[in-house]
Amino acid sequence: MAKKKFVVGCFDTEDTLFPAVKKVRTAGYKIQDVYTPFAVHGLDHALGMRETSLHTAGFIYGITGTTTAVSCISWIFTKDWPLDIGGKPHFALPAWIPIMFELTVLFAAVGMVLTFCYICQIAPFVKKHHFHPRATDDLFVMVIECTDKTNTQEAEMFLQNAGAVETKTEIAEDGWWIGRYDKDEMPFDKNLTLA
Amino acid sequence: MSLKYESQLREPLVYGNKTYHQVTEDIIRPIEAKPSKLWYIGFYISVALLLFGVYSIYRDVTYGIGQWNLNKTIGWGWDITNFVWWVGIGHAGTLISAILLLFRQGWRTGVNRAAEAMTIFAVMCAGQFPIWHMGRVWMAFFVMPYPNSRGPLWVNFNSPLLWDVFAISTYFTVSLLFWYSGLIPDLATVRDRAKTKLRKHLYGISSFGWTGSTKHWQRHESLSLVLAGLSTPLVLSVHTIVSFDFATSVIPGWHTTIFPPYFVAGAVFSGFAMVQSLMVVVRKVFGMEDYITMGHIEAMNKVIVLTGSIVGIAYLTELFMGWYSQSKYEGYTFWYSRANLFSPYGWSYWGMMACNVVSPQIFWSRKMRRNLYVTFFMSVLVNIGMWFERFVIIVTSLYRDYLPSSWSVYYSPSVWEIGFYAGSFGLFFTCFFLFAKYMPVIAVAEIKYVLKISGESYKDDMSAIENKEAGEFAHEFAH
Repeated sequence: MAKKKFVVGCFDTEDTLFPAVKKVRTAGYKIQDVYTPFAVHGLDHALGMRETSLHTAGFIYGITGTTTAVSCISWIFTKDWPLDIGGKPHFALPAWIPIMFELTVLFAAVGMVLTFCYICQIAPFVKKHHFHPRATDDLFVMVIECTDKTNTQEAEMFLQNAGAVETKTEIAEDGWWIGRYDKDEMPFDKNLTLA
Repeated sequence: MSLKYESQLREPLVYGNKTYHQVTEDIIRPIEAKPSKLWYIGFYISVALLLFGVYSIYRDVTYGIGQWNLNKTIGWGWDITNFVWWVGIGHAGTLISAILLLFRQGWRTGVNRAAEAMTIFAVMCAGQFPIWHMGRVWMAFFVMPYPNSRGPLWVNFNSPLLWDVFAISTYFTVSLLFWYSGLIPDLATVRDRAKTKLRKHLYGISSFGWTGSTKHWQRHESLSLVLAGLSTPLVLSVHTIVSFDFATSVIPGWHTTIFPPYFVAGAVFSGFAMVQSLMVVVRKVFGMEDYITMGHIEAMNKVIVLTGSIVGIAYLTELFMGWYSQSKYEGYTFWYSRANLFSPYGWSYWGMMACNVVSPQIFWSRKMRRNLYVTFFMSVLVNIGMWFERFVIIVTSLYRDYLPSSWSVYYSPSVWEIGFYAGSFGLFFTCFFLFAKYMPVIAVAEIKYVLKISGESYKDDMSAIENKEAGEFAHEFAH
């Protein structure tokens, strides 16, 4: 966790956002992220992000659920306590299919949601820096990460020319911290050195 | 969630000349405003019902379920009827949010959030009935398989009643996760608009520090899509398993292979009716006619007439099989205990037929589908009919068993049975009122997503083409 300097450009429509993303990337600026009020399709590709593999994780959790169900039930009903139910086979696989299915879904769903929260680093009481309060309302907020060589004024001008309706330069915390949204202080407020 | 292209001829999903900000304003305003008098009245009535239910359950626990009028043959009465009824109602939420998402139905965005909430509350209500029916409810945890000091004596994994435990608890968990993960970005919107400290703090906690980062949105989309893919077979499995509670038994009237699809169709049917009842009121009270449009109401009415007719075919098939099987007992159950109006419970069968099969046919007319009063009246009627369906299935199959000496006295519920049912309504509506007050009833981010694809002001003006004479139109486009 460290504070960094960012140049922020706000766009009010996707129509200006997409060309701007392209321009900013070709100009060689490093886009830290674009904060949008809803899922803008194709923006992840425009920013050069790779596909998420969350669904692969979901598949692994799912088969873990199936395996758990079938191994537990078969152990219980054939080894640990074989119940005689009208002389029927102890290994009654067809009758276990409902529970195997339910556990598959349960494991996949719970696992995926927890993984989602973990990789996005979101949880209750977690606080992050918000570059613009309207990023969850109607603005598409592009954040450019500055290096030592970045001329912030130039970068702001560049964003304005690309169609940004509002620009600013901010020094902000990049990561998350435990905090409350009604209080501004951060546990490491005194550390103002730039990384 | 991608709805890449929509025909310009289609009715817009969002009316009015909206901007993104306007969408936020419209949907979040009711959360920020003081609740209206109507809200308080409704909320207090719900809480009163809930308290009555709590007292009924208190009686049930302290004196035992002898407080109910269950008797020698009717061991499942109102409680299991209500259980199946509530589970069924829950299904519409998942159907709207999951199946319609996979089918790329854009109109789901207007109603999915409230319908998902409804699912969760309905499943909560449903769960109460089998739990308190156990009587010695402090031993309810015996249904969970865990190593214990009683042997270990395990639960019976071959029993549909245990499948139910897994199905309902999984369904509740997955619906809750699906609903809440969708809600996080919208709660962040509420948080960033909050004026008071308390709101900032509470919505800050509940929105998990959501920022709207593109990477997070990409994962969020993937999560929603996979959860939808998981929920679709899940929702079908849940009511299938509920129907197994009946279908795997050898009771005439229950022992039928048609039960799983018939139960699922019935569940969707009653669930959509409940969504209609709630949405017709919500759109009026919160002034959300631009988002929950006549098009939405009509689409849901179409689902109602479709599923109602499927259920109707199932009823007729059952009657046919009752005769065709030439089984004395099946024939007796279907043709005497049910279809004979003058048998002790014949009235419930014909009540069910009238509400579920005959009356929804009114929705073949477009005018009726788009009439709010008819829609509301029908939605209530359908839920009454679907309650009767479960009552018919349970009571008419049980009241005369193979031993005539145990044929029971006429079963009518005790006040505590009714109280328990009323209490479940109290629980459902208390939760729903709180939800409508403190959370966005419409998925804000999803509406913003469809706004430019299907918002009224973003659609091409087709009136010039639509107003053309047919001949003129044909002439122009033929060449």
